Amino acid sequence: MELWQMTALELGRKIKDKEVTAVEAAKASLAQIRKVEGTVHAYVTVDEEGALLRAKQAQEKIEAGELAGPLAGVPVAVKDNICTKGMRTTCSSRMLENFVPTYSADAAERLTDAGAVILGKTNMDEFAMGSTTETSAFGVTRNPWNPEHVPGGSSGGSCAAVAAGECFLALGSDTGGSIRQPSSFCGVTGIKPTYGTVSRYGLIAYGSSLDQIGPVGRDVADCAALLEVLAAHDCRDSTSVARKDTDFTAALADDVKGMRIGIPADYLGEGLDAGVRRAVLEAAQVLKERGAVVEQFDLSLVEYAIPAYYVIASAEASSNLSRFDGVKYGYRCEDAEGLHHMYKKTRSEGFGPEVKRRIMLGSFVLSSGYYDAYYLKALRTKALIKKAFDEAFAKYDVILGPAAPYTAPRLGESLSDPIQMYLGDIYTISVNLAGLPGMTVPCGMDAKGLPIGLQLIGDCFKEKNILRAGYAFEQARGRAPLADVGRLTEAEKKEGEAR
Amino acid sequence: MANVISDEVIDYVGILAKLELSPEEKEAAKKDMGRMLDYIDKLNELDTSDVEPMSHVFPVHNVFREDVVTNGDDREQMLANAPEAKEWQYQVPRTVE
Repeated sequence: MELWQMTALELGRKIKDKEVTAVEAAKASLAQIRKVEGTVHAYVTVDEEGALLRAKQAQEKIEAGELAGPLAGVPVAVKDNICTKGMRTTCSSRMLENFVPTYSADAAERLTDAGAVILGKTNMDEFAMGSTTETSAFGVTRNPWNPEHVPGGSSGGSCAAVAAGECFLALGSDTGGSIRQPSSFCGVTGIKPTYGTVSRYGLIAYGSSLDQIGPVGRDVADCAALLEVLAAHDCRDSTSVARKDTDFTAALADDVKGMRIGIPADYLGEGLDAGVRRAVLEAAQVLKERGAVVEQFDLSLVEYAIPAYYVIASAEASSNLSRFDGVKYGYRCEDAEGLHHMYKKTRSEGFGPEVKRRIMLGSFVLSSGYYDAYYLKALRTKALIKKAFDEAFAKYDVILGPAAPYTAPRLGESLSDPIQMYLGDIYTISVNLAGLPGMTVPCGMDAKGLPIGLQLIGDCFKEKNILRAGYAFEQARGRAPLADVGRLTEAEKKEGEAR
Repeated sequence: MANVISDEVIDYVGILAKLELSPEEKEAAKKDMGRMLDYIDKLNELDTSDVEPMSHVFPVHNVFREDVVTNGDDREQMLANAPEAKEWQYQVPRTVE
């Protein structure tokens, strides 16, 4: 096996055993980036020089015995809405094209403290608003399994980079499914932790009450190891929760005997692709054969999650993004007639259409006269959704379903109809509203050769349940393969020939 | 019930959102927002009269700390991000005549 094909933990062990150095590992990742990045375009910034320097420093610390964690020396990527001191952080927006943070996000700091080597920053939907990574101001990212298809979003760059072997692990962020849906489309594993588990300090805010940073990796164990590094109380994030049970790798036992797993019947209904449905039910069967108790149940209110989400997330976005005014950092327009005009022109030129759409909707639902009817109504709906999950978790340890209703759409098919695109988040969005942990684990391929993702949802602070279920499934099915970048399906080869 | 967004409403939203829209963008935004609100009106199917709005899933409280400076002086790096700076200050277009 070549270096770039290993899991993060396998590589970490080899580095620890002095079979490989951190510098060799970084060089292997950079070589893979050079090889496939022309096709995939997962990164906004690749910091080759800096990465090699950081790898050298990590190696010195490993040799001095100062770094002994499982991820010491492992090359990683960071989503471009997570601040990295001295390294450009753009949110894939023209607004922040030249922004260089003066501090690092808590999550990025913890990565570095664990000895991981940051290679660069990954592409995303602008300000994390989108489900395809097509709203990036710096070009689309392509699905490593088939470059004619999207990688999903908004953490499309992070998931594509992991799938294509361009890094061993990556940080993503998830406000309505932005880790779990692209993980599903790219055939990688991704976790959105319980709200408050990973500090949001230094994460450029979209919907603050929903945003969580989480790991994207090649298998469940890699993600558990990274989450263990990331999860910690941080006094710089007022919603950070002091948890004790963050030894997530302890949950990696191949044992689901007696585990109660519920499949919401509403997650298998209208709109779900037949191939995805089959793969998800097969995965449930695998867990059943290994001793889990699996049954279907009615999780109510599923269809209300998306409208509630778009009110709440847009409202928070309109407030959070008011800071981009062209004064202290970021883009500023030319030729403004006075200060107020400068604000307006700067924002109109600096933001893309999807961002403007959500800022306007958010401003509207918060405006006097509409606040009760829209914003408070959505917050009341959120309370009902949380209650529905509370009732479900009184009966089940894990809720199982698809991560997305379909596999990766073709490039250019999604943006023309925003509501249709938003509907694709139906299985992931309620998890953010209720603050729950959710994980995507690859569970098969569709007829077009595109990955299908299984979603496992746990009660608040019960990441260990979903890790255990995901790990047991992976042990039974074997680890999902990396993408063979550039490979075309038979159908597409024929189509290409016909053209 | 179809929501029709008037020119007045979209102009007002533009003021709140501090966005300047071209006539084409304005028409598109009116249509977009109308469709979105039609969709959001689905929430009215739910009886929420006895439900308290939930802003956070966990009870959150104000978090206080001592008012002590812990960060260093990053003035130079921070100003390096400014679109325009002069004599260690942010420079903006004239606001007072």
